[in-house]
Amino acid sequence: MRYINAICACLLGLLISTSVLAEPPSEAQQPLLLELTEVKLNKALPVLQQLETTEGADMLALFKTMLNGDLYYEKESKRLIAALKEQSVTRYTDLFSGEELNDLSKNQVSKIKVNNKLRGYLGEAIARMQLNHPDSVVRKDAVRSLFSDLGANTIELIRTARLKEQSRSVQDVMDVALALYRTEHAAEATDRLQAVKVLEGSLEPEVRNQLTRLAENDPSRSVRKAAQTGLDKIDQKAEMYGFINQLFFGLSLGSVLLLAAIGLAITFGVMGVINMAHGEMIMLGAYTTYVVQLMLPNMIEYSLWIAVPLAFMVSGLAGILIERLVIRHLHGRPLETLLATFGISLILQQMVRTVFSPLNRQVATPDWMSGSIEINPLLSLTLNRLYIVAFALLVFMILLIVLKKTSLGLNVRAVSQNRDMAKAMGIRTDRVDALTFGLGSGIAGIAGVALSQLTNVGPNLGQAYIIDSFMVVVFGGVGNLWGTLVAAFTLGVANKFIEPVTGAVLASILVLVFIILFIQKRPKGLFPQKGRAAE
Amino acid sequence: MSSLLSSFMSFSRINGDSRVAPFVVVLLVVTALASFCNLLMPADSVFYVSTYTITLLGKYLCYAMLALAVDVIWGYCGILSLGHGAFFALGGYAMGMYLMRQIGDRGVYGNPELPDFMVFLNWSELPWFWHGMDQFWVAMLMVLLVPGLLAYVFGWLAFRSRVTGVYLSIMTQALTYALLLSFFRNEMGFGGNNGLTDFKDILGFDLQSDNTRVTLFIVTALMLCGLLVLSKKIMQTRFGKVIVAIRDGESRARFIGYRTENYKVWLFVYSAMIAGIAGALYVPQVGIINPGEFSPINSIEIVIWVAVGGRGTLVGAIIGAILVNYAKTKFTAIMPDGWLFALGAMFVLVTLYLPKGLMGLVAQLKDQQLKGEQHKSQKAADNSPNEKTEEGHA
Amino acid sequence: MKIKHLVSGIALSMGASVLSVSAMAADTIKVGVLHSLSGTMAISETTLKDTVLMMVEEQNKKGGLLGKKLEAVVVDPASNWPLFAEKTRELLTKDQVDVIFGCWTSVSRKSALPVLEELNGLMFYPVQYEGEESSKNVFYTGAAPNQQAIPAVDYLMNDLGVKRWVLAGTDYVYPRTTNKILEAYLKAKGVAEEDIMINYTPFGHSDWQSIVSDIKSFGAEGKKTAVVSTINGDANVPFYKELGNQGISAEDIPVVAFSVGEEELSGLDTKPLVGHLAAWNYFQSVESDANSAFISQWKAFTGNPDRVTNDPMEATYIGFKMWTQAVEKAGTTDVDAVEQAMIGQETENLTGGMAYMNKNHHLSKPVLIGEIQDDGQFEVVWETEGVVPGDAWSDFLPGSKDLIADWTAPISCGNYNTVTKTCSGQNY
Repeated sequence: MRYINAICACLLGLLISTSVLAEPPSEAQQPLLLELTEVKLNKALPVLQQLETTEGADMLALFKTMLNGDLYYEKESKRLIAALKEQSVTRYTDLFSGEELNDLSKNQVSKIKVNNKLRGYLGEAIARMQLNHPDSVVRKDAVRSLFSDLGANTIELIRTARLKEQSRSVQDVMDVALALYRTEHAAEATDRLQAVKVLEGSLEPEVRNQLTRLAENDPSRSVRKAAQTGLDKIDQKAEMYGFINQLFFGLSLGSVLLLAAIGLAITFGVMGVINMAHGEMIMLGAYTTYVVQLMLPNMIEYSLWIAVPLAFMVSGLAGILIERLVIRHLHGRPLETLLATFGISLILQQMVRTVFSPLNRQVATPDWMSGSIEINPLLSLTLNRLYIVAFALLVFMILLIVLKKTSLGLNVRAVSQNRDMAKAMGIRTDRVDALTFGLGSGIAGIAGVALSQLTNVGPNLGQAYIIDSFMVVVFGGVGNLWGTLVAAFTLGVANKFIEPVTGAVLASILVLVFIILFIQKRPKGLFPQKGRAAE
Repeated sequence: MSSLLSSFMSFSRINGDSRVAPFVVVLLVVTALASFCNLLMPADSVFYVSTYTITLLGKYLCYAMLALAVDVIWGYCGILSLGHGAFFALGGYAMGMYLMRQIGDRGVYGNPELPDFMVFLNWSELPWFWHGMDQFWVAMLMVLLVPGLLAYVFGWLAFRSRVTGVYLSIMTQALTYALLLSFFRNEMGFGGNNGLTDFKDILGFDLQSDNTRVTLFIVTALMLCGLLVLSKKIMQTRFGKVIVAIRDGESRARFIGYRTENYKVWLFVYSAMIAGIAGALYVPQVGIINPGEFSPINSIEIVIWVAVGGRGTLVGAIIGAILVNYAKTKFTAIMPDGWLFALGAMFVLVTLYLPKGLMGLVAQLKDQQLKGEQHKSQKAADNSPNEKTEEGHA
Repeated sequence: MKIKHLVSGIALSMGASVLSVSAMAADTIKVGVLHSLSGTMAISETTLKDTVLMMVEEQNKKGGLLGKKLEAVVVDPASNWPLFAEKTRELLTKDQVDVIFGCWTSVSRKSALPVLEELNGLMFYPVQYEGEESSKNVFYTGAAPNQQAIPAVDYLMNDLGVKRWVLAGTDYVYPRTTNKILEAYLKAKGVAEEDIMINYTPFGHSDWQSIVSDIKSFGAEGKKTAVVSTINGDANVPFYKELGNQGISAEDIPVVAFSVGEEELSGLDTKPLVGHLAAWNYFQSVESDANSAFISQWKAFTGNPDRVTNDPMEATYIGFKMWTQAVEKAGTTDVDAVEQAMIGQETENLTGGMAYMNKNHHLSKPVLIGEIQDDGQFEVVWETEGVVPGDAWSDFLPGSKDLIADWTAPISCGNYNTVTKTCSGQNY
């Protein structure tokens, strides 16, 4: 069950809706099914256990539907119904005949409730039933989810399945399961020793636990020794994968910092405007995602793709507006822009509070961003983080191209290097200023879309990132995009490597203190801007 | 020639030289009256000033002192500190620690040695930095030393390596943010998020009695006047002149041969100490100190008070602090949701239209009046173009 | 539809502020409302302000109290802790309110407390908190740790067979105390030191990768593991999302939370949370006549059919009901008289049964454990038999195990030491 990730769950859901079970429940099953609709939540387990063992129709669909919380029954006829929720509409089908029941309304049906105990049992029961599933991936996951509870019955099932098994990788996990059982129950020391040897290559946590137990308690010395060697090998690997994991955490934190800071690197770094409302531009982007999902409740899967350009426009326009109305008048007075934009940030926050309520808003994560890729039992990378790392790098590259290869980029660079000279060359500096500010703000909006997938969408969203963003830009060196990139990843990785030692709070304090001291040493950051533009 | 003269005049006005004395008189009279009306008037009299008002005024004056601290460095030396809340809070914590120790065995757990929150964290003895804080003079020394020392170390590092302008502002913000996070930690030994509260008495006087409250209020007012006069005097000395020179052209001042960083550090330390004193006077009056005071937003708000009043005018900073806070009290009572809109709009409008704040506005109006009179007297004497008031030294 | 809510919301808050300005002349009983309407805590506290206004309105429809109308005086302490003290003083001296309903965080209560005691005010505090306090001037209608944390742990231990414990919390007083109590409790139940993992994070923590991965490996040791979460507000969403993404489901490692309620769930994608647990004294999903009446009244009052109810709202409801009963019993709004009349008051819980005000100013209430459902509601999976009396001083902390609170004669003390027979730390 632990290994059935969300993608699988989603596939299963599709399977249920399409597969039709022609076979009606048997005589022996009928009363049990009826009981299921009547029994109290804490008495439902024995009913399910009986259902699993009673001969008759396949109960897999029933168990799966129940596990997903989609099992209902019609109040009158007591027949079991599967509910399929398609965004806002719920469709009902008869669980066994597959007949569509379109005229059923919400008050005619009642939900069969599940709690954790039942979910745990259902997961295992499904795994037992799926040992003979045609898909080898499903079979493998099924075996692995049975590791934590290897009773004699389950082992018998696995043993029979092993005989028929063709796939090499499924055979391996089945062997591990059988070996786990043998180390526990075999009377002969040689038998156990052999089993320990089988276990040696596996990284499953259950294997590690079993080896730990054996290394301490096994009566035979040679078994203890073999278990210890196996354990050492696992620990060695665990250490390496732990390091990789930490590195990934650091990179993913870094990519969040990069996304948050990169817009600022433009407005602050290139234009020299201290935009305290930068966080609110991020917030606007996140709220755009919320509004998109609200408007298109049936397109959650694609909502992010729509939200990205929209957020860019919303925040970008807000940025241009701010530039035209306020910042333009404060040119050359950076400290004053700081105050004015801080005022704007307060106004924007309060506006969001008034329009959307002070409560956090619900932004759904599309299914393709949920769950994780499991590389091995010790190392799995969460999908949303992976996407965000990739997304951050993509945004960074695009921005780099815009600045280096387009005429807008050329103008921006010219204005930032020498405003008067640029003006003399006929560049409309005020227009460039507005566009630059719009670009920086728009990028912040895109960051907001990404952050809406990681954290709360609420009026305080921007506040949480503003200080970090400034730290990243200043640390990297103002006016240098590559500096921002390096700084974001350095700070992210540093934070994640300090955290296990000191705890999360102290880690962020230490990073802050480090930046403060670093800036004293190198006042212009990691990659200081060179030449006359720097003064 | 005349333009030089007028610019000199406006400069001296900006420095607020002519305003300090009348302001001090007004402040002292108000203080005396308010105290008198609170203590001697019967509660149902029209002239009675409630203790609530006294505490409120006391709080405003503490904020005013804090604004003064920021104005000293921002208005006169161009150092925009976004971390002055940190010095304020540190001063407040030093006072809070003294007040905590005064509780003695009257805490809820009745432990004579340890403050309640330590008992409750199962600490068996007082951390080293709490020792001696039961002595008033030690605590007062700490009120000055801790912010001063932090300002010295930070300033020494920053100014020596010539971190200036925006960078410095952001670093000060990082400083107060780091302190905010640290003081939230319970292991720090300052009561974590709850901070220090439930104070009983100060120097043996009951903190809840009207007499003590009025005394604290008067002390705050006197302290504010003293610091105002002192700051003005400092700005008139040679030291002050160099400071202003640094603001207007640091490289030039350095080329002339001044060790600008030394001047800046000492001014920064002075300013931090004022903030510390303000914090120390604030805590017994409001009755609580907690890490929230370190929050970067608070520090930015202080800058706004100064900007509203008029930076570079000591009196202006004080008036700005009092006005904004008064508006805040009123506004949050009438329409709580609107307050942030108003505050935000104030930030934007003041920076856009009142770069010299209210004092600048007053000066401008006077200028126009003056010019109008001159105009009248020498009507059509010459057609010299109307001079714009000179731009600020941003 | 959204816009409509918005307008009604604005109208509501405008109405509230007008309410506090007008009607000064008439002889009324004033009810102070001290909840943050701006700043970080506005998220939670605005709801409670509206609840009090709703209760006031209802009471006035019934003809008021002692023949007088009730008048709500709303102030905004703006999530600024010193401001809580200032506004309390304002309510008690300027507006001269007869009772205050207010505060959410412990620090705001601690800030207001000295003023309440100095001016002899009366406050009802409706939020679950860490205990270790009992003031003559405060009635605590939220849960004490023994009404939330300990029953939750009992449930996990006995019903789910949990052997290993992660105590995760935000670094402030409530989680610290709760975890201290739980740690002592677990050790008393024979749980070994190495089977308890304690972790603190800052407010609004958003990057949970390392911590969740630690929890994952802590839970992979073969014994049933559970997380007891005292993580505060904003940090919860990223926490649960990370749990979901790292493949930790509620069947593997259930998380029982003490600060996640219906209101919080309404702001987030519930998918990753389904099956996780929360312990409260009230759930909106509990079916009873009183509860459904309350829910429909609330929806009508806010003009929003999607609004949810939660535990602190019920605590406010019970507090308000009890206060009106006590005022009627005492025949006056005088604080000392009402305070004595409060003790022993009984009011119907919204979840059934009676809430009872004890001598220590804490309530006796039932404790419910619910599993989060995908519609953002809770399914009750366990509840205590009968009510649990709130304990002001925990028996599991060395500093407070000898202390009791009893506000009736002859003790009349909030922190009475039963060993030394003394009353410590009182001003009066």
